[in-house]
Amino acid sequence: MIRFDNVSKVYPKQNRPALRDVSLEIEKGEFVFLVGSSGSGKSTFLRLILREERATHGQVHVLGKDLARLSNWKVPHMRRQLGTVFQDFRLLPNKTVAENVAFAQEVIGKSRGEIRKSVPQVLELVGLGGKEDRMPGELSGGEQQRVAIARAFVNRPKLLIADEPTGNLDPQTSVGIMKLLDRINRTGTTVVMATHDQNIVDQMRKRVIELEKGRLVRDQARGVYGYQH
Amino acid sequence: MRAQFVLSEIGVGLRRNLTMTFAVIISVALSLTLFGGSLLMRDQVSSMKGYWYDKVQVSIFLCNKADAESDSHCAKGAVTQEQKTQIKKDLEALPIVEKVYYESADQAYQRYKEQFKDSPLISSITPDQMQESYRVKLRDPEKYQVIDTAFSGRPGVQSVEDQRNVLENLFNLLSGMNYAALGVMALMLVVALLLIVNTVRVSAFSRRREIGIMRLVGASGFYIQAPFIAEAAIAGLIGASVSVVLIVGAKYLLIDGWLAARIPVVNFIGWDAVIVKLPLVLAIGLLMPGLAALFALRKYLKV
Repeated sequence: MIRFDNVSKVYPKQNRPALRDVSLEIEKGEFVFLVGSSGSGKSTFLRLILREERATHGQVHVLGKDLARLSNWKVPHMRRQLGTVFQDFRLLPNKTVAENVAFAQEVIGKSRGEIRKSVPQVLELVGLGGKEDRMPGELSGGEQQRVAIARAFVNRPKLLIADEPTGNLDPQTSVGIMKLLDRINRTGTTVVMATHDQNIVDQMRKRVIELEKGRLVRDQARGVYGYQH
Repeated sequence: MRAQFVLSEIGVGLRRNLTMTFAVIISVALSLTLFGGSLLMRDQVSSMKGYWYDKVQVSIFLCNKADAESDSHCAKGAVTQEQKTQIKKDLEALPIVEKVYYESADQAYQRYKEQFKDSPLISSITPDQMQESYRVKLRDPEKYQVIDTAFSGRPGVQSVEDQRNVLENLFNLLSGMNYAALGVMALMLVVALLLIVNTVRVSAFSRRREIGIMRLVGASGFYIQAPFIAEAAIAGLIGASVSVVLIVGAKYLLIDGWLAARIPVVNFIGWDAVIVKLPLVLAIGLLMPGLAALFALRKYLKV
């Protein structure tokens, strides 16, 4: 699903590489936590998977494709097989919940019939049935993140990338979000989640990848957070 | 791709940037009107050239009694009948001469009266002040010099004039004005394109959130750019339509309604010449802003 071979990333005008010689493989259907302090390279790791950045050295394979060889115009097609969720939800404030989810399908050219069928389905799945016509501003943070997850999942991606999805949420709401991500993972979707939330990592007992100053320092099946603040 | 979705995005974009959109429309309309106008002006000049060059003649003015006193070329007195016959014979012997017309003083007076019938000058002129002349039509109007050397200074000849000189000056003036109009048009077009580039960038910036999400969920580059390009193209098309209205209005009101009645000697361009220019104006109005938008977005919206 994802393979990093000796990947390094140096941003222009910076001496210290953001990632240093990282090699790892993530299999289909896995749930992986990505941990590390701020500036450890987590975001760069995710941006490489999304091909928002290209690796300076080494190769990044996602969904069986070498991203270095993927031409620009094919990137959108690759991203359609990926879902993304962020700490700040990234919803459109002037569209309703249903429209926000539908947006993800409209921009890739899904038919109206398909959209009308799949949007209520996925909103039901994330526990927002009946809130289709609410605006994002009227919802709680947890609910907004559910909308974002619904949008990420509505096109049934093979891989879900989550960058600190619980970073803005209280612990109880976070648990709800994690249960949702776990359920999505059980449908066969690979989930890679960057997080700072120690409780969640310790509770879930999933594979943990730890980065420190751009290096891969730990890759542990059924791991704990382990990182000291 | 669903047309309705794209259209609603375009509508939102155009309304959000209403003032900028107006600026784009106006500058596109003005520059394209100048462009169309100068194209038509060129047509007008070339059709006038064809029309007039066909009619131009070399005129050989003969001395009359009044000239005998005032003009040094006519010091020997008014032209005599033998001189006239000789000139006519010599002219007709030249191979470059196609045709020779004789215009008597009376005919010249009638023509003068016709041309200047509204002018107060007419009452001060009498038939015997007019000159007799030979109007020579040449096979090749460029060969004027031959006639000039052969007949200038001959007894009885007051002057040899090539009418082309007069027209040439007029046409030079007209095409000079035309180049000036083209220059202004080029400047206006640059202004219009810069405005479009700026408008599109502002528009893209104000929608960066949507754009970010579009990229996230895998919208293609074309899909993301299409609304912006369509916005610019629509504004351009509206501007081009305005300029079409202005051009048609100028033809209808200015040329047909005003100039044609006042300057009957000029054959003004017809509707056919105007109508063939309109699709060109519309196409430029549509394509140029679209390309400018594409250029503006190239740096802004990389994947």
